[in-house]
Amino acid sequence: MSAETQFALWEVFVQEKTGAPHTHVGSVHAADAELALQNARDTFARRDKLVSIWVVESERIVASKSEHAAEMFEPGPAKIYRHPRFYRPANPKKSK
Amino acid sequence: MSAVFEYALRLGDDALVLGHRLSQWIGFAPVLEEELALGNIALDNLDLAQAALSLAGEVEGAGRDADALAYFRDDAGFRNALLVEQPDHDFAWTVARQALFAAFALPNYRALAKSAEPRLAAIGAKAAREAGYHARHARTWVMRLGDGTSESHRRMQTAFEELFPYLGELLEADAVTRELATAGIAPDPSAFAAEAHAEIEGLLRGATLTRPDPGAFQPRGGRSGRHSEHLSRMLAEMQVLARAHPGAKW
Repeated sequence: MSAETQFALWEVFVQEKTGAPHTHVGSVHAADAELALQNARDTFARRDKLVSIWVVESERIVASKSEHAAEMFEPGPAKIYRHPRFYRPANPKKSK
Repeated sequence: MSAVFEYALRLGDDALVLGHRLSQWIGFAPVLEEELALGNIALDNLDLAQAALSLAGEVEGAGRDADALAYFRDDAGFRNALLVEQPDHDFAWTVARQALFAAFALPNYRALAKSAEPRLAAIGAKAAREAGYHARHARTWVMRLGDGTSESHRRMQTAFEELFPYLGELLEADAVTRELATAGIAPDPSAFAAEAHAEIEGLLRGATLTRPDPGAFQPRGGRSGRHSEHLSRMLAEMQVLARAHPGAKW
Protein backbone atom coordinates (compact mmCIF):
# COMPACT_ATOMS: atom_id res chain seq x y z
CA MET A 1 0.00 0.00 0.00
CA SER A 2 1.31 3.45 -0.84
CA ALA A 3 1.94 6.09 1.79
CA GLU A 4 -1.07 8.17 0.64
CA THR A 5 -3.57 5.39 1.33
CA GLN A 6 -2.24 4.57 4.79
CA PHE A 7 -3.14 6.29 8.02
CA ALA A 8 -0.25 7.57 10.14
CA LEU A 9 1.79 5.05 12.08
CA TRP A 10 1.66 5.07 15.89
CA GLU A 11 3.92 3.18 18.29
CA VAL A 12 2.18 1.35 21.12
CA PHE A 13 3.46 0.92 24.69
CA VAL A 14 1.55 -1.11 27.26
CA GLN A 15 1.78 -1.36 31.03
CA GLU A 16 0.91 -4.66 32.65
CA LYS A 17 0.63 -3.44 36.22
CA THR A 18 0.73 -0.15 38.07
CA GLY A 19 4.30 1.02 38.59
CA ALA A 20 5.74 -1.27 35.93
CA PRO A 21 7.37 0.35 32.90
CA HIS A 22 5.42 0.80 29.67
CA THR A 23 6.85 -1.65 27.18
CA HIS A 24 6.88 -1.23 23.41
CA VAL A 25 4.74 -3.94 21.84
CA GLY A 26 4.29 -2.84 18.23
CA SER A 27 2.50 -0.29 16.10
CA VAL A 28 -0.88 0.50 14.58
CA HIS A 29 -2.15 2.74 11.80
CA ALA A 30 -4.75 5.34 12.74
CA ALA A 31 -6.15 8.66 11.54
CA ASP A 32 -5.83 10.44 14.89
CA ALA A 33 -4.82 9.99 18.53
CA GLU A 34 -8.16 8.72 19.82
CA LEU A 35 -8.46 6.12 17.07
CA ALA A 36 -4.83 5.14 17.63
CA LEU A 37 -5.63 4.43 21.27
CA GLN A 38 -8.70 2.41 20.30
CA ASN A 39 -6.80 0.47 17.66
CA ALA A 40 -4.00 -0.21 20.14
CA ARG A 41 -6.55 -1.51 22.63
CA ASP A 42 -8.12 -3.77 20.02
CA THR A 43 -4.81 -5.02 18.71
CA PHE A 44 -2.74 -5.44 21.86
CA ALA A 45 -5.16 -5.67 24.79
CA ARG A 46 -7.23 -8.52 23.42
CA ARG A 47 -5.90 -11.31 25.60
CA ASP A 48 -3.67 -9.98 28.39
CA LYS A 49 -4.86 -7.79 31.22
CA LEU A 50 -3.35 -4.30 30.99
CA VAL A 51 -3.65 -1.20 33.12
CA SER A 52 -2.46 1.48 30.71
CA ILE A 53 -1.63 2.09 27.05
CA TRP A 54 0.47 4.85 25.51
CA VAL A 55 0.48 5.66 21.83
CA VAL A 56 2.87 8.06 20.17
CA GLU A 57 3.13 9.04 16.53
CA SER A 58 6.09 7.13 15.15
CA GLU A 59 7.48 10.19 13.38
CA ARG A 60 7.68 11.99 16.74
CA ILE A 61 10.22 9.49 17.99
CA VAL A 62 13.81 10.64 17.64
CA ALA A 63 15.94 7.61 16.94
CA SER A 64 19.69 7.09 16.76
CA LYS A 65 21.08 6.25 13.36
CA SER A 66 22.75 2.92 12.69
CA GLU A 67 25.72 4.63 10.95
CA HIS A 68 26.46 6.39 14.26
CA ALA A 69 26.34 3.17 16.25
CA ALA A 70 30.13 3.04 16.66
CA GLU A 71 30.52 6.38 18.45
CA MET A 72 27.16 6.08 20.22
CA PHE A 73 27.54 2.64 21.72
CA GLU A 74 31.19 1.61 21.64
CA PRO A 75 32.18 3.12 25.02
CA GLY A 76 29.97 0.84 27.14
CA PRO A 77 31.57 -2.58 27.27
CA ALA A 78 35.09 -1.31 26.55
CA LYS A 79 35.29 0.99 29.55
CA ILE A 80 35.18 -1.37 32.46
CA TYR A 81 35.64 1.47 34.99
CA ARG A 82 32.08 2.50 34.20
CA HIS A 83 30.73 -0.71 35.64
CA PRO A 84 30.38 -1.12 39.42
CA ARG A 85 32.31 -4.38 39.52
CA PHE A 86 35.18 -3.40 41.87
CA TYR A 87 33.15 -3.55 45.03
CA ARG A 88 33.11 -6.61 47.21
CA PRO A 89 29.52 -7.50 48.17
CA ALA A 90 28.87 -7.05 51.89
CA ASN A 91 27.27 -10.46 52.08
CA PRO A 92 28.59 -12.68 49.27
CA LYS A 93 26.29 -15.59 50.12
CA LYS A 94 23.20 -13.55 49.39
CA SER A 95 24.35 -12.05 46.14
CA LYS A 96 24.50 -14.05 42.98
CA MET B 1 -43.80 -19.95 27.79
CA SER B 2 -42.22 -18.22 30.76
CA ALA B 3 -41.33 -14.55 30.55
CA VAL B 4 -37.75 -15.26 31.64
CA PHE B 5 -37.34 -17.72 28.75
CA GLU B 6 -38.67 -15.15 26.27
CA TYR B 7 -36.46 -12.45 27.73
CA ALA B 8 -33.32 -14.58 27.69
CA LEU B 9 -34.01 -15.39 24.03
CA ARG B 10 -34.33 -11.69 23.19
CA LEU B 11 -31.11 -10.89 25.01
CA GLY B 12 -29.25 -13.79 23.42
CA ASP B 13 -30.67 -13.37 19.91
CA ASP B 14 -29.90 -9.63 19.77
CA ALA B 15 -26.30 -10.45 20.64
CA LEU B 16 -26.05 -13.52 18.41
CA VAL B 17 -27.42 -11.84 15.29
CA LEU B 18 -25.47 -8.62 15.84
CA GLY B 19 -22.31 -10.61 16.58
CA HIS B 20 -22.71 -12.64 13.40
CA ARG B 21 -23.33 -9.50 11.34
CA LEU B 22 -20.12 -7.97 12.70
CA SER B 23 -18.17 -11.16 12.07
CA GLN B 24 -19.11 -10.88 8.38
CA TRP B 25 -16.61 -8.01 8.15
CA ILE B 26 -13.71 -10.39 8.80
CA GLY B 27 -11.61 -10.38 5.65
CA PHE B 28 -13.36 -7.27 4.30
CA ALA B 29 -12.87 -4.50 6.88
CA PRO B 30 -11.43 -1.21 5.61
CA VAL B 31 -8.21 -1.59 7.62
CA LEU B 32 -6.60 -4.36 9.61
CA GLU B 33 -6.96 -2.59 12.97
CA GLU B 34 -10.68 -2.06 12.35
CA GLU B 35 -11.10 -5.69 11.44
CA LEU B 36 -9.66 -6.64 14.83
CA ALA B 37 -11.95 -4.14 16.56
CA LEU B 38 -15.06 -5.48 14.84
CA GLY B 39 -13.93 -9.04 15.53
CA ASN B 40 -13.46 -8.25 19.23
CA ILE B 41 -16.90 -6.69 19.45
CA ALA B 42 -18.42 -9.63 17.57
CA LEU B 43 -16.82 -12.06 20.05
CA ASP B 44 -18.10 -10.09 23.04
CA ASN B 45 -21.57 -10.39 21.55
CA LEU B 46 -21.20 -14.12 20.89
CA ASP B 47 -20.07 -14.64 24.48
CA LEU B 48 -23.16 -12.81 25.73
CA ALA B 49 -25.33 -14.83 23.34
CA GLN B 50 -23.90 -18.07 24.66
CA ALA B 51 -24.61 -17.09 28.28
CA ALA B 52 -28.14 -15.83 27.57
CA LEU B 53 -29.12 -18.76 25.35
CA SER B 54 -27.71 -21.27 27.86
CA LEU B 55 -29.89 -19.63 30.49
CA ALA B 56 -32.89 -19.74 28.14
CA GLY B 57 -32.29 -23.47 27.61
CA GLU B 58 -32.05 -24.10 31.37
CA VAL B 59 -35.22 -22.13 32.08
CA GLU B 60 -37.05 -23.92 29.29
CA GLY B 61 -36.01 -27.32 30.68
CA ALA B 62 -36.51 -29.14 27.38
CA GLY B 63 -32.89 -30.20 26.99
CA ARG B 64 -31.92 -27.49 24.49
CA ASP B 65 -28.51 -25.89 25.03
CA ALA B 66 -27.15 -22.67 23.53
CA ASP B 67 -26.01 -24.45 20.35
CA ALA B 68 -29.41 -26.10 19.85
CA LEU B 69 -31.09 -22.72 20.17
CA ALA B 70 -28.59 -20.94 17.93
CA TYR B 71 -28.41 -23.49 15.14
CA PHE B 72 -31.70 -25.35 15.11
CA ARG B 73 -34.33 -22.64 15.28
CA ASP B 74 -35.70 -21.08 12.09
CA ASP B 75 -36.13 -17.33 11.65
CA ALA B 76 -39.64 -17.32 13.14
CA GLY B 77 -38.17 -18.73 16.36
CA PHE B 78 -35.70 -15.85 16.72
CA ARG B 79 -36.59 -13.00 19.07
CA ASN B 80 -33.98 -10.40 18.11
CA ALA B 81 -35.04 -6.87 17.26
CA LEU B 82 -35.13 -6.03 13.55
CA LEU B 83 -32.28 -3.50 13.86
CA VAL B 84 -29.55 -6.06 14.46
CA GLU B 85 -30.39 -8.20 11.40
CA GLN B 86 -30.14 -5.27 8.97
CA PRO B 87 -27.36 -5.82 6.43
CA ASP B 88 -24.20 -3.77 6.05
CA HIS B 89 -24.38 -1.85 2.81
CA ASP B 90 -21.20 -0.06 3.79
CA PHE B 91 -19.15 0.72 6.90
CA ALA B 92 -21.47 3.64 7.77
CA TRP B 93 -24.36 1.20 8.19
CA THR B 94 -22.28 -0.86 10.59
CA VAL B 95 -21.36 2.04 12.84
CA ALA B 96 -24.86 3.58 12.67
CA ARG B 97 -26.37 0.23 13.69
CA GLN B 98 -23.78 -0.11 16.47
CA ALA B 99 -24.53 3.39 17.79
CA LEU B 100 -28.31 2.88 17.71
CA PHE B 101 -28.07 -0.53 19.38
CA ALA B 102 -25.71 0.85 22.05
CA ALA B 103 -28.18 3.63 22.89
CA PHE B 104 -30.58 0.87 23.95
CA ALA B 105 -28.15 -1.82 25.08
CA LEU B 106 -25.93 0.14 27.45
CA PRO B 107 -28.71 1.39 29.79
CA ASN B 108 -30.45 -1.97 29.37
CA TYR B 109 -27.40 -3.99 30.50
CA ARG B 110 -26.71 -1.56 33.34
CA ALA B 111 -30.25 -1.96 34.64
CA LEU B 112 -30.16 -5.72 34.10
CA ALA B 113 -27.06 -5.91 36.32
CA LYS B 114 -29.43 -5.12 39.21
CA SER B 115 -31.80 -7.98 38.35
CA ALA B 116 -33.35 -10.06 41.12
CA GLU B 117 -32.46 -13.12 38.98
CA PRO B 118 -28.74 -13.61 39.75
CA ARG B 119 -27.87 -15.27 36.43
CA LEU B 120 -29.38 -12.37 34.48
CA ALA B 121 -27.65 -9.90 36.81
CA ALA B 122 -24.29 -11.55 36.08
CA ILE B 123 -24.90 -11.42 32.32
CA GLY B 124 -25.93 -7.76 32.58
CA ALA B 125 -22.91 -6.74 34.62
CA LYS B 126 -20.42 -8.32 32.22
CA ALA B 127 -22.22 -7.04 29.13
CA ALA B 128 -22.41 -3.49 30.54
CA ARG B 129 -18.61 -3.35 30.90
CA GLU B 130 -18.08 -4.50 27.32
CA ALA B 131 -20.89 -2.42 25.81
CA GLY B 132 -19.30 0.75 27.21
CA TYR B 133 -16.40 0.19 24.83
CA HIS B 134 -18.66 -0.85 21.95
CA ALA B 135 -20.58 2.42 22.36
CA ARG B 136 -17.37 4.45 22.40
CA HIS B 137 -16.10 2.71 19.27
CA ALA B 138 -19.35 3.46 17.42
CA ARG B 139 -19.49 7.10 18.57
CA THR B 140 -15.90 7.70 17.49
CA TRP B 141 -16.65 6.58 13.95
CA VAL B 142 -20.00 8.34 13.64
CA MET B 143 -18.33 11.62 14.64
CA ARG B 144 -15.48 11.22 12.18
CA LEU B 145 -17.54 10.04 9.23
CA GLY B 146 -20.41 12.45 9.84
CA ASP B 147 -18.07 15.40 10.22
CA GLY B 148 -15.60 14.12 7.61
CA THR B 149 -15.71 14.51 3.84
CA SER B 150 -18.89 15.25 1.91
CA GLU B 151 -18.94 11.61 0.79
CA SER B 152 -18.56 10.17 4.29
CA HIS B 153 -21.18 12.64 5.57
CA ARG B 154 -23.63 11.57 2.84
CA ARG B 155 -23.14 7.87 3.60
CA MET B 156 -23.43 8.37 7.35
CA GLN B 157 -26.64 10.38 6.92
CA THR B 158 -28.11 7.71 4.60
CA ALA B 159 -27.30 4.94 7.09
CA PHE B 160 -29.06 6.80 9.90
CA GLU B 161 -32.07 7.58 7.67
CA GLU B 162 -32.42 3.87 6.96
CA LEU B 163 -31.71 2.50 10.44
CA PHE B 164 -33.04 5.12 12.86
CA PRO B 165 -36.68 3.91 12.54
CA TYR B 166 -35.64 0.54 14.03
CA LEU B 167 -34.69 2.14 17.34
CA GLY B 168 -38.36 2.35 18.31
CA GLU B 169 -38.83 -1.42 18.57
CA LEU B 170 -35.89 -1.78 20.97
CA LEU B 171 -37.32 0.81 23.34
CA GLU B 172 -40.84 -0.57 23.52
CA ALA B 173 -42.38 -2.28 26.53
CA ASP B 174 -44.67 -5.27 26.04
CA ALA B 175 -46.28 -7.97 28.20
CA VAL B 176 -42.95 -9.76 28.76
CA THR B 177 -40.92 -6.71 29.86
CA ARG B 178 -43.82 -5.37 31.94
CA GLU B 179 -44.14 -8.67 33.84
CA LEU B 180 -40.39 -8.87 34.44
CA ALA B 181 -40.07 -5.20 35.39
CA THR B 182 -42.79 -5.61 38.02
CA ALA B 183 -40.90 -8.59 39.47
CA GLY B 184 -37.59 -6.68 39.41
CA ILE B 185 -36.09 -9.27 37.04
CA ALA B 186 -35.49 -7.16 33.93
CA PRO B 187 -35.81 -3.48 33.04
CA ASP B 188 -38.70 -2.00 31.09
CA PRO B 189 -36.93 -0.55 28.01
CA SER B 190 -39.42 2.30 27.72
CA ALA B 191 -37.96 3.60 31.01
CA PHE B 192 -34.78 4.68 29.21
CA ALA B 193 -36.31 5.54 25.82
CA ALA B 194 -35.92 9.28 26.42
CA GLU B 195 -32.29 8.82 27.51
CA ALA B 196 -31.54 6.74 24.39
CA HIS B 197 -33.13 9.28 22.06
CA ALA B 198 -31.22 12.11 23.74
CA GLU B 199 -27.99 10.14 23.33
CA ILE B 200 -28.57 9.65 19.61
CA GLU B 201 -29.69 13.24 19.13
CA GLY B 202 -26.52 14.53 20.81
CA LEU B 203 -24.35 12.18 18.75
CA LEU B 204 -25.96 13.22 15.47
CA ARG B 205 -25.64 16.91 16.32
CA GLY B 206 -21.98 16.48 17.22
CA ALA B 207 -21.40 14.64 13.95
CA THR B 208 -23.14 17.43 11.94
CA LEU B 209 -25.86 14.96 10.91
CA THR B 210 -29.60 15.60 10.72
CA ARG B 211 -31.83 13.54 12.98
CA PRO B 212 -34.37 11.54 10.97
CA ASP B 213 -38.03 12.16 11.78
CA PRO B 214 -38.82 10.25 15.00
CA GLY B 215 -42.51 10.28 14.03
CA ALA B 216 -41.91 8.28 10.84
CA PHE B 217 -43.09 4.67 10.46
CA GLN B 218 -41.25 2.29 12.80
CA PRO B 219 -41.00 -1.32 11.71
CA ARG B 220 -41.46 -3.90 14.46
CA GLY B 221 -42.13 -7.62 14.82
CA GLY B 222 -38.74 -9.09 15.71
CA ARG B 223 -39.72 -9.78 19.32
CA SER B 224 -42.58 -11.99 18.11
CA GLY B 225 -40.60 -13.74 15.36
CA ARG B 226 -41.70 -11.69 12.35
CA HIS B 227 -38.42 -10.84 10.67
CA SER B 228 -37.13 -9.31 7.47
CA GLU B 229 -35.74 -11.54 4.70
CA HIS B 230 -32.25 -10.49 5.81
CA LEU B 231 -32.40 -12.73 8.87
CA SER B 232 -33.24 -15.92 6.95
CA ARG B 233 -30.37 -15.31 4.55
CA MET B 234 -28.02 -14.72 7.45
CA LEU B 235 -29.22 -17.80 9.32
CA ALA B 236 -28.87 -19.98 6.21
CA GLU B 237 -25.17 -19.17 6.19
CA MET B 238 -24.74 -19.27 9.97
CA GLN B 239 -26.56 -22.58 10.51
CA VAL B 240 -25.68 -24.63 7.44
CA LEU B 241 -22.62 -26.32 8.87
CA ALA B 242 -24.23 -27.30 12.18
CA ARG B 243 -27.26 -28.66 10.34
CA ALA B 244 -25.26 -30.57 7.74
CA HIS B 245 -23.17 -32.24 10.46
CA PRO B 246 -25.34 -32.43 13.60
CA GLY B 247 -23.29 -32.97 16.75
CA ALA B 248 -19.98 -32.43 14.96
CA LYS B 249 -17.05 -31.54 17.26
CA TRP B 250 -13.84 -29.67 16.54
